[in-house]
Amino acid sequence: MTRKLLAALASWLYAALLFGFIFLPVVVLVLFSFQDGRLPVPPFNGFSLRWYEAVFADGKLMAALLHSFLVATVSSLVACLFGFLAAYALARYRLPGSALQRGLLIAPMTVSYLIIALGLLTVLNALGVGLSLWTVGIGHVVINLPLCFALIYSSMGAHHVNIERAARDLGAGEVKVMLLVTAPMLLPSLLAAFFLSVTFSWDEFIIAFLLSRFDVTLPVEIWSLLRSGLNPKTNAIGSLVFLVSVSVLMVLELWLFRRTRKS
Amino acid sequence: MTAPVSIINATKTFVGFTALDNVCLDIAAGEFIVLLGPSGCGKTTLLSILGGFLSPTSGRVMIGGKDMTHVAPAKRPTTTMFQDYALFPHMRLKDNVGFGLRMRGVARAARDERAKALLDLVGLKESAEKKPHELSGGQRQRVALARALAVDPDVLLLDEPLGALDLQLRRQMQDELKAIQKRVGTTFVHVTHDQEEAMAIADRIAVMNRGRVEDFGPPAEIYMRPRSLFSAGFLGETNFLPGVVEALDAATAKVVTAIGDLVLPRRNFTAAEPDPGQQVTLCIRPEHFRRAGEAVRPLTPLGQARIADAAFFGTHYRCHLKPAAAGDPAGDLTIMAHMPPSAMVADGQDIVLAVNAEDVVALPTPAGRA
Repeated sequence: MTRKLLAALASWLYAALLFGFIFLPVVVLVLFSFQDGRLPVPPFNGFSLRWYEAVFADGKLMAALLHSFLVATVSSLVACLFGFLAAYALARYRLPGSALQRGLLIAPMTVSYLIIALGLLTVLNALGVGLSLWTVGIGHVVINLPLCFALIYSSMGAHHVNIERAARDLGAGEVKVMLLVTAPMLLPSLLAAFFLSVTFSWDEFIIAFLLSRFDVTLPVEIWSLLRSGLNPKTNAIGSLVFLVSVSVLMVLELWLFRRTRKS
Repeated sequence: MTAPVSIINATKTFVGFTALDNVCLDIAAGEFIVLLGPSGCGKTTLLSILGGFLSPTSGRVMIGGKDMTHVAPAKRPTTTMFQDYALFPHMRLKDNVGFGLRMRGVARAARDERAKALLDLVGLKESAEKKPHELSGGQRQRVALARALAVDPDVLLLDEPLGALDLQLRRQMQDELKAIQKRVGTTFVHVTHDQEEAMAIADRIAVMNRGRVEDFGPPAEIYMRPRSLFSAGFLGETNFLPGVVEALDAATAKVVTAIGDLVLPRRNFTAAEPDPGQQVTLCIRPEHFRRAGEAVRPLTPLGQARIADAAFFGTHYRCHLKPAAAGDPAGDLTIMAHMPPSAMVADGQDIVLAVNAEDVVALPTPAGRA
């Protein structure tokens, strides 16, 4: 009896330690964003929303927030579109060297963001393309395309082939087959790919830092804030970023994955 | 609508493999045709060529008098009902059924009305707003049928549509399929490997084997007067009895076998005219065996045989018999015969077998099987 109790206690303790280890930094970050004082370090002086006020009053931060949102949505849409087209072609047609092509599409996953950013920087320089949010977006398409392709490709089962055939048999052309039949059937994985891309793009720093100039995304703006020392304002903006990521994941989990399981 | 179909010398070769070998078939408008054969016989390849999903290596396909050999599926007056139903999982039933009309630019109200009428035809009017995953296998199958019929095709192609259903439902669906075909009048070409299903629904059956059509005709003709050994063996059970043509006259031919001589009408040589000395194989259905002196029709006795085992099947006893005749050199000839349920049948019993010569079909023995 006592041994059982001890075992239960130990496992609870283990779980608490594990989750504490994962979530303590986030909890501290969020807690000290409400700090009533100039430094986000213990002791906690009292509850205040002044740093959130400061965040929303900061034009540069708000602009960066908007930029991040734009880059994340547009680059994710493009990555999903390209990923879908590549997956459709490789899953449905016999292409020369298709295993090699699949490998090449997924390969960027294994390259570090720093290398990708440096490579793109060199290429853009050589082409004489100026750095802007567009170049950040291109970088994010490069890192998210392999993920989108892999996710969508893996959900294109052979059992969909006959369904597409049936659509063609009933008079649908290739574009209509893709738009009205293939894409809706793959909607869960298309949305999963899109939202995952959004979260990756949303907190990506190195590429956004190296490929942007005057207009920057939120992580880059936060980084420049941090250079002027610790400040509860960075905690506040960090908490907001975290809130957005969590919301996207919750939407995915509650709405999308539940729906997929049902059907 | 409905249209005749002609397949002219269709051949399809894949790398190192001939799936269809010079197939010719003429199908009349409004017929219910079944392509019957074991897996790998080329029946699905032939259906795909009719539907436009495959192009024949050589030969032509005519539908309604027009050459359709290289026309895309979307442009053909055919629709296909797929084995796995291939319903659009994200669409409601009425949108599934109305899809073909939508592709033809029919307005929503009109296609919804037509979809409802067809769902009514297959008995699913109440489920128009449901999605495919809410249906049972048999219901999905009906939706697939309604969807394929909604565009009013000239020819409906059915690729083993009942294969995934359990036996009872399959028998029920084949009756419904037949009834619906009669109502709409469309030419149906139906692929199956189930010979009972084929006999139940077909106007004519094309028996296929190794890429060739071995036999083509109404079920009764194929069963009673098969034109190939494969056809005789595939459709129902049969006894193959080797023999030699000995004597001929204008109307009959005498065939000598190990268990007795039979004088057959010449028209019972269904594949080729008999030649004296020719090796032939006699095909005798188990239910055509009688005990000597049992029937009203004249019987030819086939000597004594011993019942090796018998099983009761309700409509008959199914018996394996060992002929006692000495003429059987290898001694491994076994005959299967059906005896009436009223008969007294016991293992080890000796009976005198007999058969009416009219019921026996003689086919040339292929070289190497003599």
